[in-house]
Amino acid sequence: MVLASPASARPMLRSAAVISSSQAHGPYQLSEEQRLLRDAVRELADERVAPRAADIDRTGEFPEDLRRLLATQDILALPFPEEHGGLGGELLSVCLAVEQLSRACATTGLILAAHELGALPLLLAGTPEQRARWFPRLASGEWLIAFALTEAEAGSDVAAARTRAVRDGDQYVISGSKRFITHGSVADLVTVFAVTDPEAPRHGRLSCFVVEVPTEGFSVPRVEHKMGIRGSPTAELAFDNVCVPVANRVGDEGDGFGIAMRTFERSRPGIAAQAVGIAQGALEVASRYATERRQFGQRIGDFQMVAAMLADMDASTEAARQLLYKACVEIDSGAPDAGRWSAMCKLVAGDAAMRVTTDAVQVLGGYGYIDDFPVERMMRDAKITQIYEGTQQIQRLVIARALLGKDRAPLG
Amino acid sequence: MHIVVLVKPVPDPASGGERLGADGRLDRASAPAVVNGNCEYALEAALKLAAASEGSEVTLLSMAPASAPETLRKALAMGATRGIHVTDPVLAGTCAVSTARVLAAALKPLTFDLVLAGVDTSDGLGGTVPAAVAAHLGLPLLSYASRIEPDEAAGTVRVRRISATGYDLLEAPMPAVISCTQALGEPRYPSLKGIMAARSKEIATRSLADLGIDPSTVGGAVATTTLIDSRTPPARGATEVVRGSPAEGAARIVEFLAQRRII
Repeated sequence: MVLASPASARPMLRSAAVISSSQAHGPYQLSEEQRLLRDAVRELADERVAPRAADIDRTGEFPEDLRRLLATQDILALPFPEEHGGLGGELLSVCLAVEQLSRACATTGLILAAHELGALPLLLAGTPEQRARWFPRLASGEWLIAFALTEAEAGSDVAAARTRAVRDGDQYVISGSKRFITHGSVADLVTVFAVTDPEAPRHGRLSCFVVEVPTEGFSVPRVEHKMGIRGSPTAELAFDNVCVPVANRVGDEGDGFGIAMRTFERSRPGIAAQAVGIAQGALEVASRYATERRQFGQRIGDFQMVAAMLADMDASTEAARQLLYKACVEIDSGAPDAGRWSAMCKLVAGDAAMRVTTDAVQVLGGYGYIDDFPVERMMRDAKITQIYEGTQQIQRLVIARALLGKDRAPLG
Repeated sequence: MHIVVLVKPVPDPASGGERLGADGRLDRASAPAVVNGNCEYALEAALKLAAASEGSEVTLLSMAPASAPETLRKALAMGATRGIHVTDPVLAGTCAVSTARVLAAALKPLTFDLVLAGVDTSDGLGGTVPAAVAAHLGLPLLSYASRIEPDEAAGTVRVRRISATGYDLLEAPMPAVISCTQALGEPRYPSLKGIMAARSKEIATRSLADLGIDPSTVGGAVATTTLIDSRTPPARGATEVVRGSPAEGAARIVEFLAQRRII
């Protein structure tokens, strides 16, 4: 019937096709390699990561032991090219690993996601010399890299950053401060975005630099106390005339904003993967609880109200997962609307994680609210996936712009 | 150093699905196959020995159904060099005695310094195969190893054998067969690079004809052991968890034992 639509309907259909999946690269399925990788990470997460999760949350300490484990098992090598000791993993492979780790512990899943985020500017715009210089130690996991864009007054409004980088001969002098930087206090390299030309148009003011730390003038004045992902150190970074060689600039002067946006096109699926993993973990705990807990003489899962909640949680999680996997394939195959896929998968997965973990707490009732069970932690961990690497509101803005065209989008 | 590790795919004991078929044989479809736990400990020991000696190789040897390579890949991913898979439909139901003869026949053409095997397998739990393989090959058997120290220059190997009171120190010329305990150390997880590399590692297949074994001398029909009966162990009673201070815990345990007239 749709095929027989009257001619008058055609223009509308056509315009819809332009912004829908017309660019889609067909069906996808996990390769054998990806299935093996997912299963290996799942086993590791079940046996080595899950038993540590509650303690990491309680102490708020960065799990150095698990970071080393991820390095030994080549999990931190996933995003890096093979010629530099990496695994050259597709975006989907990285996300499968983040998902499985986050199913056990969101802080541990974030170790890989944030490592990839920090490295993306180099992966996207680094010179062969820069890649050869830093990738081997990042791929081996000997070094961690952090991504420093956000400032106290420049969150969603990235271009409002004030940190300055002033050229002085063959180096730049960086001054200012960055806030909410994941791994800021444990990273060995920091990708910093700073204003090189305050007079330039809004999107041409920033440039991107790699800062090797510790270095003179660099300090970490504060590590935040957070609601969730408590073992992941979120730091304020201060730059007091930090000197960086010109060779550490990634891309040209003024490329910073563009590099950051392209970075998010590839990094947001990592957060979506973290969200799907958290949701899956909560779903599994709630389902098991519903088969064991008895009230009124029967398993609580046999009450339709509880069963329906579990069914909705499963469907939400699976829907988010499938959108994530599809987005990874689209982005990796160079879809022109990569930003839209990236924003959609994080939007859907972040909201699913929040809803599913909240319902998991509900299924467990009083036991869900105390830390004898992991679901309250998962609920606290889920919240950040709706906030970082672009709030859910920013994701909607990105999607709307792709849908309506930049000129007609809100907040242009 | 060349080390051969005997590896057996078994139904995953953690799956809880292991069961016997109507014929009294293991129902291999009842649970997903995994590498037998003690074989993984033997492999870990072999990989550590190989890493300590330049140019070493670790070969897996398995007598198993046709689907075994799937399971052997995990052992290859841990770092073994290659696999040899002895398989033949006739071998179904083969007893421990014939299994040892087949494995010995597969080992004969190989050059090796050590053969490592787990002390037993979680499906059959017989624990006789390593000794029988050694007997067939006329090699020394060093059993229940908790430590393995080869001396390549002297051509000997020392093993700590777990005993009731501690350990015995054994020494034998190489090549030798060693049965391995979990005291040797936790098996590693395969790294992602190991998993990728394992996909292209060789698993050679050997049939009974390749080994020169008469098919009528193996298999269930001529098995030297017959399973007469099997029973599931009784379910464990309710577990009582005692929470509280160590003193309260101790008091509760004493009370518990006293009630049952154990103390």
